[in-house]
Amino acid sequence: MQEKDLELLQILENNSRLSATEIATMTNLTPADVESRIHALETAGVICKYTTVINWEKAGNGEVSSIIELKVSPERDFGYDRIAERLSRFRQVKTLRLMTGTYDLQLLVTGKNMQEVSRFVSEHVAPMDRIRETATHIIMKSYKENGNVLFEQQEAERLPYSF
Amino acid sequence: MRNFISERAHNIPPSGIRKFFDLALTIEDVISLGVGEPDFRTPWNICESSIYSIEQGVTSYTPNKGLPVLRESLSNYLQQHYHLPYNSDNEIIITSGVSEGLDIAIRAIVDPGDEVLIAQPSYVSYAPCVTLAGGIPVPVQCTEPDRFKLNADALQDKITGKTKALMINFPNNPTGAVMNREDLRAISDIIIDKDLLLITDEVYAELTYEGSHVAAATVSDLWQRTITLNGFSKAYAMTGWRVGYLCAPKELCEAVLKIHQYVMLCAPVMGQVGALEAIRSAEEDKNNMVQEYRLRRNMFIAGLNRIGLPAHVPDGAFYAFPSIKETGLSDTEFAERLLKEQRVAVVPGSVFGAGGEDHVRCAYAVSRKQLTEALGRIETFLTNLRN
Repeated sequence: MQEKDLELLQILENNSRLSATEIATMTNLTPADVESRIHALETAGVICKYTTVINWEKAGNGEVSSIIELKVSPERDFGYDRIAERLSRFRQVKTLRLMTGTYDLQLLVTGKNMQEVSRFVSEHVAPMDRIRETATHIIMKSYKENGNVLFEQQEAERLPYSF
Repeated sequence: MRNFISERAHNIPPSGIRKFFDLALTIEDVISLGVGEPDFRTPWNICESSIYSIEQGVTSYTPNKGLPVLRESLSNYLQQHYHLPYNSDNEIIITSGVSEGLDIAIRAIVDPGDEVLIAQPSYVSYAPCVTLAGGIPVPVQCTEPDRFKLNADALQDKITGKTKALMINFPNNPTGAVMNREDLRAISDIIIDKDLLLITDEVYAELTYEGSHVAAATVSDLWQRTITLNGFSKAYAMTGWRVGYLCAPKELCEAVLKIHQYVMLCAPVMGQVGALEAIRSAEEDKNNMVQEYRLRRNMFIAGLNRIGLPAHVPDGAFYAFPSIKETGLSDTEFAERLLKEQRVAVVPGSVFGAGGEDHVRCAYAVSRKQLTEALGRIETFLTNLRN
């Protein structure tokens, strides 16, 4: 990947709301060039979506998030792919990863409350073929998401002038 | 009672910025572009290792020169990054920031009456340090047409029979100017020909945006007559830790060490531990910070030129140095009125000596959001001036 594209991705990952003109001045590109590069990255599927990091706890909607670990028997010819694809179709599954270690698939599942999450796991996930074991961990509090600290940090006092 | 203040202390002019300092503290909601330090926090791995060392009871003096393991890492680092060969046993001293390094370097080489050339605009302590050592500071002006690089002819003009040394600082505070290998070669011939010593403050070396930093001691045969100063403050956001280093050939280093051991004994041990961790594991943190400064620089310089304050693109450090000549105000008036009327703090260029007048220094080591807000306020200020 070109250095400039990498630079664009880093800028956008940090703040995807910047305009092409703003990005252009920072990177010494023309706005048209910025737009066409971003378009190419979107088309290539490198940029998947523009989203927002929200502190839901502060927003006070009371949603419950949980990490669910699954032990899965892989399928001949397909390994974990088919079951992972099935699981990923559920709206409730926000993130799905294949892991090394003591379990196989890791799900991030959100629901309105504990009951909803537990019903989802017991009624939809656990009974699926090839799932041998589930372990559900409720997230109590999030301190950092995608590199963003979610708790209040005290600003250090700086001098107004120094040389 | 007698007046106890020494003539030497008495004769040092007070900081030209003191009144701004006091004024800024009385105004709410000031955006300060006046601070010459990173706005980032020290990377946490550095803090963590220092905290752990304190918990482990690592709180004593270190050898005068600094922790051996730090000097070894530094020696390797300098070789790898800048092709600077300095022996960790006897050619590196860990100092309490570059400020101390500067002071002891000058004291080790200056005799009463010696003239020391200072490439200006420059950091404010160079000239007073020379005066305090009994020497005579002689400014050599770097000009805007030369993009604030040190010009060989200007240097030649200031050399007399009493000239002993030249002090330079590139990437430069306050202009952001950088000297590449060719630029340095042009002055190296004069330095060698006139048998001068070179003191080079390279504390902004890591903040070089175009190409890579050229250490002055690697140019021609300068190494044997060069004292290289550097530190961790700017590159690793460690200003308050007070850790710098001085590198010089063995004989020079020994002389400097005698002064260091009497005035400082050693740099703070917790700072040295943090510095070691910085070299070992903060490369990526540093690169991320440098990348962010680069984006801010491009954005801020474009902004200044757009609103009518002509500014050259600085190749290093984190300062913009726009000309305010067209406003008709002096740099001091400009800075004072901008602070009072639009709550933006900048430093008048004349504070930095010859060639600084008619300019102001704006540090872009603040968030992009603040830079945008500051540009808006400066624009309003300029519009009001014109009307």
